Amino acid sequence: MGSITLKNVRKAFGEVEVIPGVDLTIEDGEFVVFVGPSGCGKSTLLRLIAGLEDVTSGGISIDGKDVTDAGPAQRGLAMVFQSYALYPHMSVRKNIAFPLKMAKMSEAEQEKRVSHAAKILNLDSYLDRKPGQLSGGQRQRVAIGRAIVREPSAFLFDEPLSNLDAALRVNMRVEISELHNSLKTTMIYVTHDQVEAMTMADKIVVLRAGRVEQVGSPLELYSRPANRFVGGFIGSPNMNFIEGEDAARHGAHTIGIRPKHWKLSQAEGEFPGTVGVAEHLGSDTFLHIDLDNGAHIIARAAGEFPVHHGDRIFLTPQEGRIYKFGQDGLAL
Amino acid sequence: MARAVSQNTKIGYTIAAWLVALLIFFPILYAIITSLKTEQEAIAGFDLIPSFTLESYREVQSQYNYFRPFMNSVIIAIGSTVLALIVAVPAAWAMAFAPTKRTKDILMWMLSTKMMPAVAVLVPIYLIFLKTGLMDTRIGLVIVLMLMNLPIVVWMLYTYFREIPGEILEAARMDGATLGQEIVHVLTPMAVPGIASTLLLNVILAWNEAFWTIQLTTTNAAPLSAFIASFSSPQGLFWAKLSAASVMAIAPILIMGWFSQKQLVRGLTFGAVK
Repeated sequence: MGSITLKNVRKAFGEVEVIPGVDLTIEDGEFVVFVGPSGCGKSTLLRLIAGLEDVTSGGISIDGKDVTDAGPAQRGLAMVFQSYALYPHMSVRKNIAFPLKMAKMSEAEQEKRVSHAAKILNLDSYLDRKPGQLSGGQRQRVAIGRAIVREPSAFLFDEPLSNLDAALRVNMRVEISELHNSLKTTMIYVTHDQVEAMTMADKIVVLRAGRVEQVGSPLELYSRPANRFVGGFIGSPNMNFIEGEDAARHGAHTIGIRPKHWKLSQAEGEFPGTVGVAEHLGSDTFLHIDLDNGAHIIARAAGEFPVHHGDRIFLTPQEGRIYKFGQDGLAL
Repeated sequence: MARAVSQNTKIGYTIAAWLVALLIFFPILYAIITSLKTEQEAIAGFDLIPSFTLESYREVQSQYNYFRPFMNSVIIAIGSTVLALIVAVPAAWAMAFAPTKRTKDILMWMLSTKMMPAVAVLVPIYLIFLKTGLMDTRIGLVIVLMLMNLPIVVWMLYTYFREIPGEILEAARMDGATLGQEIVHVLTPMAVPGIASTLLLNVILAWNEAFWTIQLTTTNAAPLSAFIASFSSPQGLFWAKLSAASVMAIAPILIMGWFSQKQLVRGLTFGAVK
């Protein structure tokens, strides 16, 4: 079991209010991703759930039990840190067994659980090495192993992949998702990378300045962003925004059009512009276009789309694919 | 990145380094040479070749009991160091891992006490010792030397602890470690190089301390530093015997320093070199 409920959780460091008040329910077995720009309070929120920070007011309960004042160890959660936080003086085996040793588990049980975790994570042949002798990806696996052996009610991940190189990051992303599929334990994952959020999450929580902007499944957020911020944050490349008269024509203060939702033409269209940079990726071409109305937008075209720097181009948003936002930024 | 250095420059640096080392070591070397001379040779003038007599050592040992001040030095140096660590480890832990707005100020204030001339507080401490019966006792010296070196010990430990990432301690907390287990299983093993070099440095400082040991002892608790000073006796100056006593006083710490120099250097440059 691992359902977590946050009721009006507030956190202030002295005068500075980092989290003004968050209500959130995380169901048992869910993979929830907290995503937002740096400084949005997502790591603080995770640390509040972990018990590493005290809440200023509000309450946290796990499986219906109030744990607001409980210490980190009493909450039955396990955490994987950004820096892995392995104990450098202990072997991999001892690192993984450390939480079991603290729980005064028998040597035999410790050994059984460590070798089980090592098998799941392909760490069998590294058990007697020190963390310093491992690569970044292996260290990450040890950190996950240390979390698994406790059989926690939920896993907390604090930007666990940000220290890895791009290729390894993709691999570990898949491994963590597979781990979630096999363990079926609640996971809360913090990242600033919306690609990680989109690919891994059952449910995404978008945060800005300590406030929850929207909660929903990846596709919900993508197709029905609650406001301009979520629209701009989710999706890669970012949504294009056009304001002023052109937006008013569509009955909105701001309109948002995703790069893939433009109809491109070299003869006519609603928004004329000039191609700045054309990024040919093979399967797609991303065009950076300076519109005549002053806006700078990105459009996605087919891989072999024949345009170059300085070409004139005309864009028209696809029917029904225009996101409309009011003056307050909320979706209309 | 290593710079290409010509062979000649290398030889030049090596000679310069040896000259500086010899210059620093020379007073100790001359004390050793003088201790191996007869009193007549010692007083005669500058001469680097002694007659290699052990007479002075025999006399020092027979006339004065070397063992007593030696034991006093050991007890005072180790006692003050252990006491300082007991006070400083929790203090440095709190300052490194739970700092407040005033932590930096407190550290600076502690260090500033080391800038004060010791003689400025001689009279009050002397009076306190007289009134409390601590005069010429080992426990009195242990306390005074512990207090004198405490700022440096706290500073050193604080710097080492600061190098330990807070996330590792948080990981231990998540793993169910209590504060005590966190200190025993995680913090201390990781800080061992730092704690060891702090311990060594403090033993050396306490062993070499001469101001307070001479002022606050007469015979009972006098350590080796006071033992040397007592050789400038009313009967006149006996250079060879004085040198022999000095060599006997510094030998233990010199040997200890020699064997632990790797640890000392590593500890003192910890954090500076990564």
